[in-house]
Amino acid sequence: MVDWIARAGAKAKGKRPQYFEDPAVDRTLSIVMAIAGEVAVLRERLDTVERLLDAKGTISRADIEAYTPDRQAGAERGLLHKEYLARILRGVQQDMEAMAEKGPSVEELSRELRDL
Amino acid sequence: MSATDVPPPYSAVARHGVSPDVAHDEAARFNFLANLNKALAGFSAGNKLAYDTRVLPAFEAEHGRAPKDRFEIRHAMNRDPWHRYWSALKRNSMEMRQQNGRSMVLRQLDELDAKARQYNEGRDTLVLDPSVAVPRYQSAIDIHCMPGSYHGEERPGDVSAGANYDCGIFATTGGGLGALNDGGGAALVDWIRRERPGWVPKRILDIGATIGHNIVPLALAFPDTEVIAIDTAAPSLRYGHARAQSLGAYNLKFVQMSGEDLSAYPDGHFDWVQTTMFLHELSGTALPRVIREGVRVMAPGGLMLHLEQPQYSDDMPLYEQFIRDWDAFNNNEPFWSAMHALDLKSIMVEAGLPRDSLFVTGVRAVVDEEIFPRQDTGVEDHGRAAVWSAYGAWKPSCPLPEGERVDLREAQAG
Repeated sequence: MVDWIARAGAKAKGKRPQYFEDPAVDRTLSIVMAIAGEVAVLRERLDTVERLLDAKGTISRADIEAYTPDRQAGAERGLLHKEYLARILRGVQQDMEAMAEKGPSVEELSRELRDL
Repeated sequence: MSATDVPPPYSAVARHGVSPDVAHDEAARFNFLANLNKALAGFSAGNKLAYDTRVLPAFEAEHGRAPKDRFEIRHAMNRDPWHRYWSALKRNSMEMRQQNGRSMVLRQLDELDAKARQYNEGRDTLVLDPSVAVPRYQSAIDIHCMPGSYHGEERPGDVSAGANYDCGIFATTGGGLGALNDGGGAALVDWIRRERPGWVPKRILDIGATIGHNIVPLALAFPDTEVIAIDTAAPSLRYGHARAQSLGAYNLKFVQMSGEDLSAYPDGHFDWVQTTMFLHELSGTALPRVIREGVRVMAPGGLMLHLEQPQYSDDMPLYEQFIRDWDAFNNNEPFWSAMHALDLKSIMVEAGLPRDSLFVTGVRAVVDEEIFPRQDTGVEDHGRAAVWSAYGAWKPSCPLPEGERVDLREAQAG
């Protein structure tokens, strides 16, 4: 039997690019994104439990594992992930918007307003 | 909000005989990744903003001129905090896809190997040859950050590489290749039916077939055609053969062989020779060799077709070349950059095809749009979109007399 837990995370051959000045930032982002993924997984599992309870009133673990969303539920859960990602990537999205912003800084604005 | 904004759930992926069993949370991980990749593709607009508003102006101020190629843009962009953060997120999504896929596959490797054996043992449609070496351009680095690449084994004789590759394509493309990841192959069937209605090739060769997901639709569309899929990676072939058998593609034979050496086949043996998304995984010397061998084994009147992402040309803006190059440097695709700058047409001419027999056409994945909606919402996920350029040629029916062979220098001048 392969030690699947250890081997699942094997490193790919080839030097990994370093994206930030401090390698600890690279590592922390990897951890944050993995946790973000696991929170999404928990949320989806809870959604399964809620849907099954709605439909059946009582459930087993096997029911959860066997659950397959229908078209409507699949789309609703997709939306759930999309909305969740929009929330956790808010800072990235706002950095993007900031690049397009032409206006003055708050400091400049405050000076300007004071002298009005 | 339209339905195309959200990828379908992983449970919509079709099952075949060697599909891994997917636990609830494993499916949810892929659902998260499909959505994450879609979000990151949407954020790619930030790279262009960073370039236009600060990277390009800073470069021009420093050098007194615009960047002269995609490499200068890359070096400048790699200092930009936005581009760094986006790249780090995207790299993580690739690494998570591999961890998530491997975790699912390896925990049930015993069962998967047993399933594959049921389809493989005693069949003459799987021919493995341990003397075929994995070329250095496949072994030096793990392509797509895929630990062990296409040929890696967790234990001798396993199918882990093929199974992991197959199950994760959904997460990377957000379902863009359809329920069986075969939207590329389905597109080829669609294309040939329009291009040459009624044509039935006698023999088809698919070079660099990996798990055969792009060739199964052709084998099923032409059940009387002898179809050969070759690759150097045994674990991918073992899995691909079992997968194809379970899908009923009995006329499809998987052979462990390098596209650089097709000496097992005589001149003019195949009516159709193709690669799909393979040329960019070849070294600079291997690529022309594969094309030369492919032309040699093509029958007069036969078809050569290479599905690829579009080549860089002088018409393509340098910024677009830079962003299309992202995978080369961030997703372990060492040949991507150089390959896409090659003049493929001249390489095909040099391999013996007359220039006027060449063509380039656009091919879009054909998928069940009820379940896997077309994702043409205007966001191009460079290198992952299910839209390709097909570089092809119809070999002349009569070989040109020796004296009339097209000279490469003339062809290039033309």
